[in-house]
Amino acid sequence: MKGNLSGSRSPGYIVFSISVVLIIWQILADVIVQNRFILPSFTDVVFAFFGLLSVGTLSMDFLVSMVHFFIGLGLSILVGVPLGILIGWFPRANRFLDPIIEIIRPIPPLAWIPFAIVWFGLTDLAAGFVIFIGSVFPVLINTYEGFRNIPRIFVEAGKMLGCTSNAALIRHIALPAALPHLAAGFRVASGVAWMCLVAAEMFGVSKFGLGQKIWWYYNLHQMDNVMVYMLILGFVGLIIDYLFRYAMNRTLLKWREGEVN
Amino acid sequence: MGRVEITNLFREFTRDDGGRVVALSDVNLTIADDEFVSFVGPSGCGKTTLLRIIAGLDTANSGEVRVDGELITGPGQKVGMVFQEYSLFPWQNVLTNVAFGLRMRGIGKEERYSIAKKFIALVGLTQFEESYPYELSGGMRQRVAIARALATDPDLLLMDEPFGALDAQTRNHMQCELLDIWGTKKKTILFVTHSCDEAVFLSDRVVVLSPRPGRIREIINISIPRPRDRTNKEFIDLRRSLLEMIDEDERKEERIKCKSGNL
Repeated sequence: MKGNLSGSRSPGYIVFSISVVLIIWQILADVIVQNRFILPSFTDVVFAFFGLLSVGTLSMDFLVSMVHFFIGLGLSILVGVPLGILIGWFPRANRFLDPIIEIIRPIPPLAWIPFAIVWFGLTDLAAGFVIFIGSVFPVLINTYEGFRNIPRIFVEAGKMLGCTSNAALIRHIALPAALPHLAAGFRVASGVAWMCLVAAEMFGVSKFGLGQKIWWYYNLHQMDNVMVYMLILGFVGLIIDYLFRYAMNRTLLKWREGEVN
Repeated sequence: MGRVEITNLFREFTRDDGGRVVALSDVNLTIADDEFVSFVGPSGCGKTTLLRIIAGLDTANSGEVRVDGELITGPGQKVGMVFQEYSLFPWQNVLTNVAFGLRMRGIGKEERYSIAKKFIALVGLTQFEESYPYELSGGMRQRVAIARALATDPDLLLMDEPFGALDAQTRNHMQCELLDIWGTKKKTILFVTHSCDEAVFLSDRVVVLSPRPGRIREIINISIPRPRDRTNKEFIDLRRSLLEMIDEDERKEERIKCKSGNL
């Protein structure tokens, strides 16, 4: 079973499956649709990509989007982790804060865009704020869950070994024990942040951005360029997720090797 | 150091349906310095509760526990504990696990690692200093847990069925190791177990508890000189009388219905 799974991810299969999709796409666009506005073909998109490389603003768009992304995700971690610890560790804080969190949480992040603009103007911070709203809840909820599920035995062992204060127990026992939950939360959060990024950038908070350019080229009816940016958004999201998982497994979570996953 | 005085201890728990269960009642006991005392009794007799109260992890409804004259109000520096379940921190390797208590006492890195290494050597795991708990067998994990509890040099060591999850052979081996350690690092050890064999093999005194409410039923002195031989007649007689006492309590609750074997 395991052999089959890893086999299906070998380079040969990846090249094969992608080639099949590209050929179908090319035939669909060239032979059946025959309209570059409705469906640009694979070769159209490749040419558009090289065109954008020579005259476009790809690197600037990438950098600006990264700024938005890291403002948003950074704020989420800065706010979500301490708040999650607070409600996960202190039942009284949970009783007080839980209703508030449960009321704010269902509001879709994109509904905050008008206020983001009113509060922060058409700035990078406004985009960062929308991304923050989207990604803070996965961080918060997972931190909370991680702290709720710490085996009691670790806390008691910590107490017997001299962790006398809440601060010591949180820092030396609860936080490392909850780290797998936190990491899962960061991963979900970075996915949500990436989705919110596109919407946040469409409202003209900056002159550059991967999401901003999608809207920009749509208005110019250059759908091949739109497709280029879509694919770039997909790839960058994939790479962020991969790098994040790699970093976590190699450093902070190496003690979990041998467990499932 | 490590004298324990338990006076008039009473502990009851409230069940979810509002009913009350008395876990411990009228427990009075004095344990001398460097004594090895085991607690045995049928399940539910309050052995673990008693140990947790002495550790400061649980609080009695009334009565008190003093260690070297000091009233126990919470987990303290003088008391170490080895738990029944695997309690090693999975995110730390063997060395940092054993050094953890010293770190919490503010001892510098170099010093605490050199102390920790001595205790890891004492339990015979020097090659595994860099291993993580998931890489160790059950017996090895409990040895690390013992090293970790000893590293802070507590006067009183509490052990809650520490070998319960081990196979018989590893268990016998660990019992010998524990006695060796107790011989070199003099301290008081309170040891909860299900096994009468283990209690007779290890202890100076065995405290038999009876259930509902948990009370001290009898205290038995074991004067067989160490090293003890499990096949010795005196050993077997003591073991049988202990088993009979516990069995009697179990029968009173009609929990044992086995007709095809004897103890």
